Amino acid sequence: MRVRFLPCLATLLLAICAAAPRSYAAETPDPVADARAFRDYFTKKFPKVALEDFVNGPYSMNADMHRQWEEKEQFPPYEFALEAGKEMFSKPFRNGKSYADCFANGGIGVRQTYPMFDSTEGKVITLELALNRCREANSEAPYSYVKDEMAALTAYMAFTSRGKPFDIRIPDDPRALDAYQEGKRYFYTRRGQLNFSCATCHVQSPGERIRAEVLAPALGILNAMPIYRSEWSGMGTTSRRFTSCNSQIRGVPLEPQSDEYRNLEYYLSYVSNGLPISGPGARP
Amino acid sequence: MASTIRVRATANGDVTEVQALIQHPMDSGYVKDAKGETIPAHFIQRLTFEHGGKPVFIADWGPAVSKDPYVKFSFKGGKKGDELKIGWVDNTGATDATSATIQ
Repeated sequence: MRVRFLPCLATLLLAICAAAPRSYAAETPDPVADARAFRDYFTKKFPKVALEDFVNGPYSMNADMHRQWEEKEQFPPYEFALEAGKEMFSKPFRNGKSYADCFANGGIGVRQTYPMFDSTEGKVITLELALNRCREANSEAPYSYVKDEMAALTAYMAFTSRGKPFDIRIPDDPRALDAYQEGKRYFYTRRGQLNFSCATCHVQSPGERIRAEVLAPALGILNAMPIYRSEWSGMGTTSRRFTSCNSQIRGVPLEPQSDEYRNLEYYLSYVSNGLPISGPGARP
Repeated sequence: MASTIRVRATANGDVTEVQALIQHPMDSGYVKDAKGETIPAHFIQRLTFEHGGKPVFIADWGPAVSKDPYVKFSFKGGKKGDELKIGWVDNTGATDATSATIQ
């Protein structure tokens, strides 16, 4: 009896040991593998779309839309905002300092490094947040996160980074990995009356129509921010896109730049690493 | 303040293609602001493109035209280096004008 029991126990132990690392791997976030899988998913789903073209959102999805986009880019509707942003960016604050003092390289060509993880604060800092903090540090009133001035400023900063690949880093800090993981969870969690997650539209169904519009792929979706949307007849920031997405699925949007949205932006930008910044963009 | 009008005109053989983007709120007069007060109508009524003193394109616009309107048209008779004059008048009497060289 005893002799027969032992090998049995040994087999059981072996089985547990073999299973353990696997379940451990599934629970430990692996951003590098995530990003690769994310990219592969889209390149496999759309074999005809060049990788850098995903940043053009719905315009990358079919030849017709692509022609429209080429025409639009000759005379882009974001031009006025871009010009206003350039003017605002170079105009000093009342204390004589300017936005350039708040950013590396004077704020020129740094868009691709945002959002970044701030290890002192232990949180994700987005470009919009950094801009408003810069204003507040220089005793200026913060701007609304969703449009107008904020969109113009980020449009200009994105423009100076055009073509530079997204370069989002996750530092060796468990809180950074947590922020990434939280962002990922937010992206795949269903919510709202329609019970949609971000992924329902932008991973499962890009290229499909939602009424008259063509859904953009999640890969490279933030590279084009901020955007001029014809639907809005104006510019909108990443914050505006997140909040309006949430209300469109009949959920209650969070406050712009809440921790959840910051983490979401961190995740979504990270998985688009390597794709060029194309902002400001124009969208139907 | 920079001009509210952006123009690009390119001659291709006999035909000149003109594109213009105009910055204007184009308020219809039927929209309310966040406080519930009506935003008064404010829209471009007439847009004119002139080539050599002769109008080549006139648009009589109303409140139904979108904000920051975009126009594209082509005409015959223009050539490289010619000047194109563009101007608009809105319902409040405000105007803006600019000129562009055909490329």
